[in-house]
Amino acid sequence: MPTPDYDPKEVAALQADQLASAVSAGRAAFAAAPDLEALAHEHTRHLGPRSPVALGRRELGALPPQARADAGRRVNDALTALQSAYDERRVELERDRDAHVLRDETVDVTLPWDRRPPGARHPLTLVQERVADIFVAMGWEVAEGPEAEAEWLNFDALNIPPHHPTREEQDTLWIDPPTAGLCMRTHTSPVQLRALLERGAPCYVVVPGRVYRNDPLDATHSPVFHQLEGIAVDEGLTMGDLRGTLDLLATAMFGPDVRTRLRPDHFPFTEPSAEVDLLCWVCHGTSTDPGAPACRTCGSEGWIEWGGCGMVHPVVLMSAGLDPDHFSGFAFGMGLERTLMPLHDMADIRDLVEGDVRVSLTLGVEG
Amino acid sequence: MRVPMSWLHDYVDLQTTDPRQVAGRLTEAGLKVERVEETGADISGVVVAQVLAVEELSGFKKPIRWVTLTDGSSEHQVICGATNFDVGDTVAYARPPAVLPGGFRVDKRPAYGHDSDGMICSARELALGDDHTGILVLGKGDQPDLPLGADVVEVLGLRDTVLELSINPDRGYALSVRGIARELATAYGAPFRDPADLGDRAGGPAGDATAAAYDVRIDDRDGCDRYVARLVTDLDPDASSPRWLQRRLTLAGMRPISLAVDVTNHVMLELGQPLHAFDRAKLTGPIVVRRAVAGEHLRTLDDVDRALDPTDLLICDDSGPIALAGVMGGAATEIGAATTDVVLESAHFDPVSIAYTARRHRLGSEASRRFERGVDDALQPAAAAAAGRLLEQLGRATVAAAITDVDLRRPRPVITLDPSLPGRLAGVPYAEATVRARLHDVGCAVDSEPGDPLQVTPPSWRPDLRVPVDLVEEVVRLEGYARLPSTVPAAPAGRGLTRQQRQRRQVGRALSAAGFVEVLAYPFVAGSTAEALMLDPADPRRPSVRLANPVSAEEPFLRSTLLPGLLVALGRNVGRGFADTALFETGSVFRAAPPGAVMPHPPAGRRPADGVLAAMEAALPAQPLHVAVALAGHWERPGWWGPGRLAGWADAVEAARTSAGALGVALEVAAAEQSPWHPGRCARLSVAGTIVGHAGELHPRVVEAFDLPARSCAMELELAPLLAAAPEIVPAPIVSAYPPATLDVALVVPIEVPAATVETALRDGAGPLLESLRLFDLYTGDPVPSGHRSLAYNLRLRAPDRTLTADEAIAIRDSAVAAAASRCGAVLRT
Ligand SMILES: [Zn+2]
Repeated sequence: MPTPDYDPKEVAALQADQLASAVSAGRAAFAAAPDLEALAHEHTRHLGPRSPVALGRRELGALPPQARADAGRRVNDALTALQSAYDERRVELERDRDAHVLRDETVDVTLPWDRRPPGARHPLTLVQERVADIFVAMGWEVAEGPEAEAEWLNFDALNIPPHHPTREEQDTLWIDPPTAGLCMRTHTSPVQLRALLERGAPCYVVVPGRVYRNDPLDATHSPVFHQLEGIAVDEGLTMGDLRGTLDLLATAMFGPDVRTRLRPDHFPFTEPSAEVDLLCWVCHGTSTDPGAPACRTCGSEGWIEWGGCGMVHPVVLMSAGLDPDHFSGFAFGMGLERTLMPLHDMADIRDLVEGDVRVSLTLGVEG
Repeated sequence: MRVPMSWLHDYVDLQTTDPRQVAGRLTEAGLKVERVEETGADISGVVVAQVLAVEELSGFKKPIRWVTLTDGSSEHQVICGATNFDVGDTVAYARPPAVLPGGFRVDKRPAYGHDSDGMICSARELALGDDHTGILVLGKGDQPDLPLGADVVEVLGLRDTVLELSINPDRGYALSVRGIARELATAYGAPFRDPADLGDRAGGPAGDATAAAYDVRIDDRDGCDRYVARLVTDLDPDASSPRWLQRRLTLAGMRPISLAVDVTNHVMLELGQPLHAFDRAKLTGPIVVRRAVAGEHLRTLDDVDRALDPTDLLICDDSGPIALAGVMGGAATEIGAATTDVVLESAHFDPVSIAYTARRHRLGSEASRRFERGVDDALQPAAAAAAGRLLEQLGRATVAAAITDVDLRRPRPVITLDPSLPGRLAGVPYAEATVRARLHDVGCAVDSEPGDPLQVTPPSWRPDLRVPVDLVEEVVRLEGYARLPSTVPAAPAGRGLTRQQRQRRQVGRALSAAGFVEVLAYPFVAGSTAEALMLDPADPRRPSVRLANPVSAEEPFLRSTLLPGLLVALGRNVGRGFADTALFETGSVFRAAPPGAVMPHPPAGRRPADGVLAAMEAALPAQPLHVAVALAGHWERPGWWGPGRLAGWADAVEAARTSAGALGVALEVAAAEQSPWHPGRCARLSVAGTIVGHAGELHPRVVEAFDLPARSCAMELELAPLLAAAPEIVPAPIVSAYPPATLDVALVVPIEVPAATVETALRDGAGPLLESLRLFDLYTGDPVPSGHRSLAYNLRLRAPDRTLTADEAIAIRDSAVAAAASRCGAVLRT
């Protein structure tokens, strides 16, 4: 039964056959859309606010209640059908597009990328920092001193009088004029004195630094090399403390399996004095056996000389104004090149001094 | 020091026969054995043979003999190129298949038209010495003393083990068989027979101290406190050293020379006492020990005329100096082939004096080495007697009973030792009995009541034992360093790295992360470096600290800038095929101390006064720490991604900014003309108005001087002012979450106005709401008028407490532009 504001022109859109043809037209259009862009366009045409079905729905309010319910159901069915046809096609096209992205935008990720050459720090710098950190963790501090040093600090105060053979053996580089009392420090030991003079006791410091000897450069000698010095002065320090400290350092540098050996040696600034050796970690000392194959790491000596050490000589303590009856101390000094070279199986010290980028780039890493 | 085991066995009885174990024990005791050398083990098939017939072959360039030998059981014929033997002589015959030292195999082989059945060996071919002028004649025909066919290795005692020790300078006593044997005896608890103890051995001339062998006077007691002289007469000039003596000396590393010299060397090696033999006939008047007088000369044994220094200790006679005491004899009184009468000198000289003289005349000798390290001052009579006895036995000489012994020795000091000190220093307790026993082992006399400190008198051969800790080392080393405990001391709480140490690490990390590779160059430079770097004569960066004895004469100076070393390293890397290289170094440079600064030289063993220590610091060269970079080639390489970019001046400036930035310091950049940089491409870098360095492209002439790729760049900064300028506490940024307002402005500015000036003006004009300012474009050319350029900036504005309105943002921009306009003549480009 018609209502007073019945509008036959508008209502036509709500008729079943009209809706059915709108749905089938939409379905066909969605199915035919070649890509997502076309589908979006068809979505506007068939599901957008001005699509036939949307326009029909706008007319629902004008229908009498019963007719409205029927027409409403038909419109909803049509919308649902169109929407699902659209969704289906969109999923299809998206899958298609994703497949295209992978196919068309694929790159060769194995192409090398070395646009910026990398930088690196020198392995000797890193080993100095590493050792410093080990000692700092134990409460020690890091001390420093000048490379051009007072003769008094490099020799006299360390109980090396002018005639002492050690002074000549070390082949000092003297600063001109020789009477100026200045030399390139032959060891980091003058910093022992500096630390004691400055801090008094107790004093626990390590000193990494460059030192100089008048040796021409060859595969195993360099006139400039690096040492790590340590000195501890306190009440009641012993050679056992020295040994324990060296063991700790050796373990930190060379791993838990390293074995150390102290053997008597002579240094004017320590008494008793010792040389600390490391058992060769390549041949474990077996290269000294008769007929055994040679070992490059230790030169078939079984042990690798690591550094000198001992109990601080009373003259040194007194030169720093400390009473040797009250304080005792130990000191040690090792060559850092000597530490690095066997560790990395390096045969030629020149590789460390020439500044070839390959050395720092290879070894200047936290391995 | 080389010592054959067979020689040691004369004075110590060892259970072990393993030389490696012996070497290990000596090393543990502090006498480091560097090498164990087996001798004779590599020789086989060499036997004693007698020459039966000699046929001289002709037609060759040199004399060649066809020799018939017998080894006692069969005859052999060999070719021999030597002629120093006759029929009937016994020789060392390498009978095929024989092996000589070095693995040299001897087989039957054709030579000079004959089949040579082996060879006759020279001394050198058997590693018996240097002699290869002829073959080794074991015995002349009239005195065949060796059984034919016997193994030469056995009959000559060639099988031996030589220990090569490196002796520390404090252990002079160990430069002798006597000292090493004593240590071995202690190490093994084995009995020791002192070779200096001649009393129980027959044949030695005991000597008569009541009569003088030769007149001797010591004028310098400090230089010489004991002089023993013995007179040896009727020495047979034809007597030569027996094989055992030559063999021992050879194994010990000395060359046999003549009987008298070999005997003195043998005594020196065995006892550690250097001896000197004067030809009695060439002496005139008494022997006097004194210092040289200025202007005196001496021609030494090596035939060098030496100008003497007043501190040189001399042996003189009426003719003047005849020897440099303890170092080298004089040519005029040298014993020769005709010498029959000899004055033997066995003296004790001051180590310091000998060391100075040996060094001054560059005359290190076996004798001076021992005197410098301290010789036993009780040994002189025994050493002279031992030499005399050998000359009697081997040279048919007569040793006069009279003995001259001028003995001016001072009493040996006694060391007071708290018996608990060794244990306290070692960290492991030693019983007093142990301490006493160990001191006794090294030869000390220990005297004290129980409970009192020990009164220790070191033996005469240990002048190195002077203070209690010296004795501590003896106890601890003999008890064994291996038995020391391993404890870690607890240091008081530390303060960690200093601020400067942390800052320096940070700079290194920043530069390496930015692509620079660290190098550690030598600090030695040539004087011409200043010219290579185009430094003015007045430039403080000219090298000013010179070495008196440089490693290389071409590079006598210490660097005053890091650049030379870096530029050389850069060139080296480029030369090795690394065209794209960026290097950095952190290190000290050296500047001479102010003129007039005098380095004090206070006595050791006492803390110098603060003023003295300050004067010491003041006299040191200034050694400021610098950081520098050098770079060449591509900063960004070309590749499949596109074109690259060559390193340029701006990368050097950026390296400076990176270094300073790591410390939170902003560098002020200004144009500068400064060598060694390109005058138009050099940036002066300052912090708060203080110049801290320069960066930019290197001057083409510097590039050429260092043979670098064109347009190489560099930067150098002084670190101390940078580190000092770093803010100790960096204020946190205001992190505003309100949206930024971003605006771009393009300014047309006269070309001579530096970008830094424009930027400062913009910042000042914009005020505190300017969060960042970035130059994103630089343009010259149409339509920008000539003499001008366009600088395009992006301004990011943000307020901490609100969203900026468009009007506010525009007002800030206008204010910034207005400042640039008034200060720099900038015109907003539209
Ligand atoms: Zn090894």
